[in-house]
Amino acid sequence: MASPMIYPANSVAEVDPYGLSGTILLDGETLIAPFTLSLQAGWTALLGPSGSGKSTLLRLLGGLDCEAELKGTRRGAERIGWMAQSDLMQPRLSVLQNVMLIEMLAGRKPDRNRARDLLAAVGLSGLESRKPSALSGGQRQRVALARTLMSDAELILLDEPFSALDPATRATMQDLAFDQFAGRTVVLVTHDPAEALRLCQTIWGLEDHQLQPLEPLAGTKPHDLADPALLATTARLLDDIRESA
Amino acid sequence: MRKLMIPLALIALWQGGVSAGLQPAFILPGPLEVAGTLWTDRALLLTHSLITLEEVAYGFVIGALLGVGTAILMMLSPIVRLNLRPVLNASQAIPVFVLAPILTLWFGYGLAPKIIMTILLVFFPIASGLLDGMLATPQQSLDMARIAKASRWRELIWLRFPHALPQLAASIRIAITYAPTGAVIGEWIGASKGLGYLMLMANARSRIALMFAALVVIVAMTLLLHRLADRLLRRWLSA
Repeated sequence: MASPMIYPANSVAEVDPYGLSGTILLDGETLIAPFTLSLQAGWTALLGPSGSGKSTLLRLLGGLDCEAELKGTRRGAERIGWMAQSDLMQPRLSVLQNVMLIEMLAGRKPDRNRARDLLAAVGLSGLESRKPSALSGGQRQRVALARTLMSDAELILLDEPFSALDPATRATMQDLAFDQFAGRTVVLVTHDPAEALRLCQTIWGLEDHQLQPLEPLAGTKPHDLADPALLATTARLLDDIRESA
Repeated sequence: MRKLMIPLALIALWQGGVSAGLQPAFILPGPLEVAGTLWTDRALLLTHSLITLEEVAYGFVIGALLGVGTAILMMLSPIVRLNLRPVLNASQAIPVFVLAPILTLWFGYGLAPKIIMTILLVFFPIASGLLDGMLATPQQSLDMARIAKASRWRELIWLRFPHALPQLAASIRIAITYAPTGAVIGEWIGASKGLGYLMLMANARSRIALMFAALVVIVAMTLLLHRLADRLLRRWLSA
């Protein structure tokens, strides 16, 4: 399900890009050494092992509460989209209301028809009035995707949203998200090199308190799961990570 | 039927003890005598029950509304929360019994002191239960509020209050069993009506069976209210 990268006509270079720069401190100690993360339209991965601070970096970028502190500057978007590992479904709201939740939290009048269209776009038409408990894990993450799309955010932050899914559902969700977020600036936090290589044109490795660029895979995203180059590069990247660990 | 085995056994034991003459009937009437009084004095018991029920209804509704309102206010304003919480906690150290004479002194012998007594018993569990539930909303859910730049009010309406509903329901179930106690305490101190008054009057006239009958009615009322609340909460809050 390869789809071409679409860049908004005037987004590159003209506008100051979203990003984060400086140092991240946790309890007065350096969590991430001085860095500059400047985001381009399209997908950027933050790849690193658990505890490396990648989620912290993402939370700071999104302006979310967190224990660490940024000494530096942040350029966030007016509207931010957020997807986490947990689908964050509110059990008492219907699927449709869950899609509109961010709008209602923001105090905007949600457009029901748009919410329905988005549910259809993620393959869930007809389930609008169900409760989230009646849905499978994969379906719930689709609702979360529709909810994220609903606010029409310029900057999308993804905190391992696919890592709790089974492998087949994960690949489907990756493709779906890639299609739906086309043209936006997306930051994906992941510990899975294959996921980063498959989806992201820019990859940052986070290890040993350092944020450094890693070589992405050339070619059209998302890569086919059976792409030999994807498999080989994934294996090489894993080796690198294991060696330095 | 199986659920009633132990209560029935206890009642049988009670009747057995009384029949064996362990205690004279003017100190401990047997269940049969109490049941007989329940029937013969049913009009009297009903009249006084309705008074107590009225106090309970007013007290519970007002207390619950005040409790929910206070919890919401404390949730919306950290300053109010910071200042009010210690006061509320400290207030629980005051045995409400000692307040009853004061309330009677201030508000007279009518319904008001009984209703206020009930409010005092109902208010705290509901306010603290709801507040604790709202404060325990998972950070992950609150992230969505932060992302949406939601106001405290919208965060409360869409995330915190729904999250606290099971805890609110549990608090309501507890509070409704406290409510009749509040009304009866009020009636003990000074009243001319109500089941608490009836108990005192029966005691003074050595009508111990009537006293027990009133007690049975209070217990039945409490159980019934609890059952009713449980039903309604299940239907409306599914909690």
